[in-house]
Amino acid sequence: MYRYDDFDEGFVRARVAQFRAQVERRIEGALTEDEFRPLRLMNGLYLQLHAYMLRVAIPYGTLSPAQMRQLAHIAERWDRGYGHFTTRQNIQFNWPRLKDVPDILGALADVGMHAIQTSGNCVRNVTSDHFAGAAADEIADPRPIAELLRQWSTDHPEFQFLPRKFKIAITGSPNDRAVTRAHDIGLRMVRNDRGEPGFEVLVGGGLGRTPMLGQVVRDFLPQADLLPYVEAILGAYNLKGRRDNKYKARLKITVFENGLEAFKADVEERFRRIRPEWSGVDQDLLREIEAAFAPPAFRNAPVDAFEAARANPVFRAWADTNLHPHRVEGYSIVTVSLKAHGATPGDATAHQMRVLADLAETYGHGELRISHEQNVIIPHVHKGDLPDLWAALREAGLATANVGLASDMIVCPGMDYCALATARSIPIAQQIALRFEELQVEHDVGPLKIKISGCINACGHHHVGHIGILGLDRAGVENYQVTLGGDGTERASIGEKMGPGFAHTEIVGAVERLVLGYLDLRLSPEETFLESYRRLGPEPFKALLYGEHADAA
Amino acid sequence: MPRSFTPKVVSANRLLEGDAVWLTEDDRWSPDFTEAELIEDEAHADIRLLFAKGQPLVVVGVELADAARGRDGLPYPTHFREAFRTHGPTNYRLGKQAEGLPTRGHIPGETADV
Repeated sequence: MYRYDDFDEGFVRARVAQFRAQVERRIEGALTEDEFRPLRLMNGLYLQLHAYMLRVAIPYGTLSPAQMRQLAHIAERWDRGYGHFTTRQNIQFNWPRLKDVPDILGALADVGMHAIQTSGNCVRNVTSDHFAGAAADEIADPRPIAELLRQWSTDHPEFQFLPRKFKIAITGSPNDRAVTRAHDIGLRMVRNDRGEPGFEVLVGGGLGRTPMLGQVVRDFLPQADLLPYVEAILGAYNLKGRRDNKYKARLKITVFENGLEAFKADVEERFRRIRPEWSGVDQDLLREIEAAFAPPAFRNAPVDAFEAARANPVFRAWADTNLHPHRVEGYSIVTVSLKAHGATPGDATAHQMRVLADLAETYGHGELRISHEQNVIIPHVHKGDLPDLWAALREAGLATANVGLASDMIVCPGMDYCALATARSIPIAQQIALRFEELQVEHDVGPLKIKISGCINACGHHHVGHIGILGLDRAGVENYQVTLGGDGTERASIGEKMGPGFAHTEIVGAVERLVLGYLDLRLSPEETFLESYRRLGPEPFKALLYGEHADAA
Repeated sequence: MPRSFTPKVVSANRLLEGDAVWLTEDDRWSPDFTEAELIEDEAHADIRLLFAKGQPLVVVGVELADAARGRDGLPYPTHFREAFRTHGPTNYRLGKQAEGLPTRGHIPGETADV
């Protein structure tokens, strides 16, 4: 994986020193809070309901064991012994003290990490397919491109004060695991007729209060044109994006208000103008970066131990849900679920982080990934090692066999932590997971994505959940609105709002009625919840939610 | 007739620690909501808010939060968001609930009404 060069190292160290001085000046009173707030946000530091929160970037979700151990160390030394992996492939620490934050940033710099541009109106952490570099269905590893974008966008002088935050996602696989249509820019690696690498470029996607799916602005962009083209998009947005209204400032609104064609014309004109200024040095840099992502030395070994272990039904259940086909014969991609029934989705204790680091070193060629679905991936595990890996995961409480199932929910922190939240998310997820565990039906139900957000900003991606749950404040009481039929993949769709919301005490039962009702509606066990919904439309599902009052809803 | 005023407390977070605190009648910042000064007069609320905002080296995020007097004679927050701030998160026993401080106000599934 990519390792910092002298420039990266010097840059990150300088930022830590700068922030240390800014914190000192704030504490002494030389900076007011109004002056300090944008500075702390540029370094990922928020003020939440109970404490500060530090958001640390995990670029395109890739982590080394040493980095994971350092996150464990930070959690123990300066926080409360755990971290929260987020839907943007970041990690959040919920309890840092202001004066400790420069030390935390220093500890991150020690392992080539930082919190730069994890907040503010700039290009945020570039997210990617969590199976990148390992998936059998991949055209190419998208991470070198993501790293190129990271280096280019970090501290880019033109794009530090955009109208609003800006999110880029990239996938190297036709099966979109990076939700590219819900980002300001979505990049899908493709090859043209001559077999040359390039991108399908999407613009104007986003969830939040006005959910929109990205639209294709270029069918095929040659790889060498990527940075100038992204610069043209950002330049057009920087001028045309609205700064008068925070809620209309995202690129999706710019594209919507101007129309795709007019926006595209602006982008293409800019692109023609700036393209000649690009000498190709970025492509030289890309080749250097690519070398850093060379695949590990895969080994050829017997897989008998794996086949033998499948006789154990508990192992088999885990293998059936938590493994994904690897591009190399004899290997598997392992998803470690951070969704034990009743636990907080996305949370890992310092101990669990260390176990994962050790296991990645012992069995996984030293690689780890964080998924936007808030799980940890060990991307390169030889099948012969799977039984031992599974046994070790079990000991650490990390062998929950539910990836892709009802209890594998995406969940934002909600009002348990977040200052923006209008309702809680975590306890709803905990109760839903416990209910499905009790019912013992989730393996029978099959693939199901439930996503929960605690406010309209939609960090929990509820709009693209097969079942989406949005927590609202209705006259001072938590209320949960249900959307159905959302999809974050290459067949993306925004979920449809059902009728009136449900009280805190009613929402779990409502989800249970939906899921059990679907079992009666599906044509066969092969028809997924989403497929049933797409075939039947909302009415039978509304009837499940609201019973005989469905018409009134 | 003057419009009715919903009683308030002055709410903030400590600059250094980041934890939730409330302004007391004797000008302290307390992590215990029951010590908060319940302000029942709008003009007095403005004065207390100004006083609080004049302490940027002690607190940040100063705002007025709706509150009422409980049956025990002590203030409690009327909105659940502020109730969370007196309690901590509900997924772990962390924050004020772990520091022996009283949860005030109603958090569904956690507390009864005050």
